[in-house]
Amino acid sequence: MQVPAQFDYERATGVRHAIALLTRYGPESRLVAGGHSLIPMMKLRIANPETLIDINDLDELTGISITDGALRIGAMVRHAELLDSPLAVEHFPILVDAERVIADPVVRNRGTIGGSLCQADPSEDLSAAFTALHAVAVIEGESGRREVPAREFHTGPYQTVVGDAEILVEVRVPIRTGSGSAYEKVERRVGDWAVAAGGAALWLDGDTVGEVGIGLTAVGAAHFCAPQAEDFLRGGPATEERFAEAGRIAAEHVRPTADQRGPEDYKRHLAGELTTRALRRAAARARGSEA
Amino acid sequence: MQITVTVNGAAHTREVEPRLLLVHFLRDELRLTGTHWGCDTSNCGVCVVQLDGQPVKSCTVLAVMADGREVRTVEGLAGAAGLDPVQQGFSDKHGLQCGFCTPGMMMTCRALLDRNPDPSDTEIRVAISGQICRCTGYENIVRSVRAAAEMERAARVEVEEVQA
Repeated sequence: MQVPAQFDYERATGVRHAIALLTRYGPESRLVAGGHSLIPMMKLRIANPETLIDINDLDELTGISITDGALRIGAMVRHAELLDSPLAVEHFPILVDAERVIADPVVRNRGTIGGSLCQADPSEDLSAAFTALHAVAVIEGESGRREVPAREFHTGPYQTVVGDAEILVEVRVPIRTGSGSAYEKVERRVGDWAVAAGGAALWLDGDTVGEVGIGLTAVGAAHFCAPQAEDFLRGGPATEERFAEAGRIAAEHVRPTADQRGPEDYKRHLAGELTTRALRRAAARARGSEA
Repeated sequence: MQITVTVNGAAHTREVEPRLLLVHFLRDELRLTGTHWGCDTSNCGVCVVQLDGQPVKSCTVLAVMADGREVRTVEGLAGAAGLDPVQQGFSDKHGLQCGFCTPGMMMTCRALLDRNPDPSDTEIRVAISGQICRCTGYENIVRSVRAAAEMERAARVEVEEVQA
């Protein structure tokens, strides 16, 4: 029987209250949202917080909307809600692609966007998706809010820039014209972590790549991104040959490790191939010609 | 700490440790052993209950997180009129053999039909994709849910005819 070690439990009534509780209980306290990453880790005694601060009542962290020219996703939005969001389908289908392959429908009823990002598991899908989208994380602390680009959010496996007494409140993705995005994942079975996955977002200016983002999951890409492949594509024509070359460049720069999900060379191959496929589908979507 | 959880319409107040999982609260504190306890890792889905109407894996929810909320378990499916159509469907179409996964399957399928009264086979399969059955090969579970949907559609038609 897996049971967590003892801890104290507090339920926050608002963001300011959550920050006050984090301040009062110090670095050994943790926020719990959906709990579907943290509670399993507590059962295995990999995480041993002294105090859990439940933020499930924080309605101010819910909702998906268009605000100031950006898609705003509250940190407490459940995976199931993002998967079903018409706004996500319309503006950033990469998020829907990714959500469809995160865990299973029952887990998606509980797990949250903010929880996934803050857990910062190297195999977690949304980190790469938001990295590809050049999203911005909004973090609140005692002294107010600050904005951090998604690709600066993670400082290492299971580590983020969110401070001990801070809380991720929302993610914003700027909306620009000509965009298309897609996420491609290879998993051993439904609901599993990725063997490898790649996400791409393109902002086309005619047939030219105006801006591009590539996010890679579970292949040891620093900050989940592929900057060399992005630099290669930016400003050039959006062609199949160049997408293939971008995949080759991305594969060259990842540092996958062999584990039960596959050997290093297989994951490197997937990183390249999935990058190319995601770029191809993102371009088709940007052109409105997806088969 | 003291918590009050409404389970199948009745409020239950208990003194619990914060680390008590919802599945153990239901089984050990309330003696509602219809909810099964399986893998403990949110993979198998035998512990699925509805929390505020949503299917959740109760091995990965703390009982204290359910304080002030509503839980529905398999014991809450049958009503005064008899079995829930989902239960009847599982019975009619042999949607179980050993029965270990059945309570969780039925709570997920009940929520599916509440949201989508006429699901396709694919939608049924997706809905239960986070739950494992080692007996049926899932075929009879899909048939059971289709049968339940059909029963509910027939009941709606009957009501409409009476009203007309």
